[in-house]
Amino acid sequence: MGLENLNPLSRWKYGVSFLVMAIVVLWAPRLLSSYLLHVTILILFFAFLGNAWNIVGGYAGQFSFGHCAFFGVGAYVSSLLYIKAGISPWVGMIAGALLGAGLGGFIGYLTFRYKLKGAFFALATFAFSEMLRIITLNWDLTGKAMGILIPLKKLPSFRDFQFTDKLPYYYIILSMVILVLLISYWLDHSKLGYYLKAIREDEEASGSLGIHIVKYKIMAMLISCSLTAAGGVFYAQYMFYIDPDIAFSPDMTMEMVLRTMLGGVGTVFGPLIGSTVLESTSELMRTFLGGYKGLHIMVYGAILIVVMIFFPHGLMGLIRKGRR
Amino acid sequence: MGHATKNILEIKDLNKMFGGLAAVRNVTADIKEGEILGMIGPNGAGKTTLFNLISGAYAPDSGSILFEGEHIEGKADYQISQRGICRTYQIVKPFNNLTVLENVLVGAFKKSGPMRLAKEFSLDLLNFIGLYEKRKHLASSLTLAEKKSLEVARALATQPKLILLDEVMAGLNPKEQSDSIKLIFEMNQKGITLLVIEHKMKIIMSISNRIMVLHYGEKIAEGSPEEVSGHPKVIEAYLGEKDSLA
Repeated sequence: MGLENLNPLSRWKYGVSFLVMAIVVLWAPRLLSSYLLHVTILILFFAFLGNAWNIVGGYAGQFSFGHCAFFGVGAYVSSLLYIKAGISPWVGMIAGALLGAGLGGFIGYLTFRYKLKGAFFALATFAFSEMLRIITLNWDLTGKAMGILIPLKKLPSFRDFQFTDKLPYYYIILSMVILVLLISYWLDHSKLGYYLKAIREDEEASGSLGIHIVKYKIMAMLISCSLTAAGGVFYAQYMFYIDPDIAFSPDMTMEMVLRTMLGGVGTVFGPLIGSTVLESTSELMRTFLGGYKGLHIMVYGAILIVVMIFFPHGLMGLIRKGRR
Repeated sequence: MGHATKNILEIKDLNKMFGGLAAVRNVTADIKEGEILGMIGPNGAGKTTLFNLISGAYAPDSGSILFEGEHIEGKADYQISQRGICRTYQIVKPFNNLTVLENVLVGAFKKSGPMRLAKEFSLDLLNFIGLYEKRKHLASSLTLAEKKSLEVARALATQPKLILLDEVMAGLNPKEQSDSIKLIFEMNQKGITLLVIEHKMKIIMSISNRIMVLHYGEKIAEGSPEEVSGHPKVIEAYLGEKDSLA
């Protein structure tokens, strides 16, 4: 349901709650400790990646298991441009996004043209990400296993994407999340979004309705992969370090997939909700159960399994059910 | 109908093999603009395969299909759909996790352009088909009869000139069947040509202008319902399947 259906009173209510939320989101982080701010940044960061993955994995229903490939490409491209040529990471972000889209389009073209679906598509994308991991692991340019350490400047500057405290990173990732939420919201209500959902539901029927399936799947890849690569650029600049096992690790893909699935696949707010819940759970478990080696991961896993079994449509599915 | 009828679809010497089995063998047939052509035949006669060849789900091994005088054989399903042929499925394929309105909307975008117009058009169609009240329900929650109607609505949303209906009556109760028959006539009155597969003899005999009969992939008879039902080859093909003649 769109906003146009609301009566003036609830419109006013929405306006006020929006204002309150905006103030909280913009001002409250100033009160957080450095640790909590870091956790918040990670929540937003994985929400961003989850939303990006969600466009291909959720809306179009093409279960990419190699999205770390685009993440890694973004991280490496901006880092290399910065340390080799002194090019601002902001420009690197655009370059990374373009290259991510290019690679995503290429992989999409290869796999979708041959009608790879489900587990086969997942494996093909995974294979591509592994290829990139092995290439970066053996290539002098990318610093092999040593990775790339981004040198700290004496003075923080916006141009160099370097700041003395975490707050600017928070505002940057917050803007990125807002952008990706807007894109998802638009997608959810657009012709492209409906086409992707139709393809996810039934390819044969979609084709018979005049939908060029390969074309629209590739479009989903272009959007999703360029965003994922932009996320990679943020990560490299936030951590000041990137190596093949971080950039192209299946763990990174797992984070995108799990958080999205927990929150609700193919929904606008699913990734953000899933990321919030998972990150907080993971941090709480680490705080309270950290003394017993590995226990926090076991409990974390158990919670995950329970949620998946009882809420197959994720937490968004639960919220929607509650509303009905 | 009425004025000099030309052919909207011309099928010539069409062949499709699956392994060693000829699913469609040397089929030649025409569909006239504005008619309702029935297609019957025992199970496995190649009716659905012929649908799949026309709609582009399969490419034929040989032969040609002309739609409005242009070759469409071997073209992709979406291209054929855009030219004006749309179909329904024997086993329904609704977009289960989309609402009824969204299902129709997906079909409507190609010809009805921007969202607002596509939505209006889709709502009109749902009204026409009798699913307006359920527009906000998920397609998965519909009954079989409603799902079949939804498929017809979705196909109509592409504004086809020729629509292929694959057993839309199967599994429906008599009331639903008569609604379905009414719908077929209404579509026809809007100027849409129909090719209809149906197992219920009584129904196909009463709605079709002409009927073609397939048996083991070959066309064995074609003509008016009276001609076809008296045709010796047709009687032979159906012998032992008396209940479907009932």
